[in-house]
Amino acid sequence: MKRWIRDGDVVIGRLDRQEAAVVRGLVSQIQDMLLARAEEAPQDELAELTGIRTGSSEAPDDPILGRLLPDFHRLDDDVPDPDEVNSAAALRSLHEPELLDHKTGAAEVVLQTCSPDGGEIRLSIGEAEAWLASLNDVRLALGTALDVSEDMPDELPPEDPRSPHLGVYHWLTWVQDTLVEAMMP
Amino acid sequence: MTTPVEQERTQPEAVGEEIAAEDRPWQTVVWNDPVNLMSYVTYVFQKLFGFSRDKATKLMLDVHHKGKAIVTSGTKDKVEADVAKLHAAGLWATMQRAS
Repeated sequence: MKRWIRDGDVVIGRLDRQEAAVVRGLVSQIQDMLLARAEEAPQDELAELTGIRTGSSEAPDDPILGRLLPDFHRLDDDVPDPDEVNSAAALRSLHEPELLDHKTGAAEVVLQTCSPDGGEIRLSIGEAEAWLASLNDVRLALGTALDVSEDMPDELPPEDPRSPHLGVYHWLTWVQDTLVEAMMP
Repeated sequence: MTTPVEQERTQPEAVGEEIAAEDRPWQTVVWNDPVNLMSYVTYVFQKLFGFSRDKATKLMLDVHHKGKAIVTSGTKDKVEADVAKLHAAGLWATMQRAS
């Protein structure tokens, strides 16, 4: 991978075959998790009639999905305000279908534009924005799974089971950071 | 399972307090997290809200150093839409009434 560059309305990057496999594998996994969550959304006749979709009103149990689909209010007080609990449930149910569409759509753009063989990647500005969002989702998921903290070292002791994954996380951080740099207005 | 509209509240509230609460604007709060990149957070603030580079950087640094920043405020609908956009970008955002 070389750093991303912007040439007018085109953003250009390059991944080798192994790097492309890592990106595609992780993006697919996140997309699958989000699609499974969308499948769990309650079906009701009124939604079918009106076309207004409602998502689940309950936050996901899984910490990774929880980070990708946050609540609309802070509910982590010892005794959360019951009005805010009700409001957060209503807002989740209202907004989550669109959020899931946005995230699975961004993942799809990455899978469509990143060849399994690797090679040059040429993106429109809209596609590059989808890459940014999708790479960020992958890093949020990995960061949650690895319990990344602000003062995370570059490398963990070799006996730490998270050690090999942390290298992937740091590499994705670099890929995203150079893409932000190329996109910065 | 779903509660797409707010449930009716049974607890009576003092009328005076209710009016005062209704008058207070809503705020969009972005919270610090260990994953989101400083460069990306600045980029998102510029892109979503049209902030200058300086303003976006200042807010990003507030999030980083103080743990949170209020990035927009206004009606409930506006703030709700802003939080939804920030969630789509992967930032940790919530909404609250101004105190």
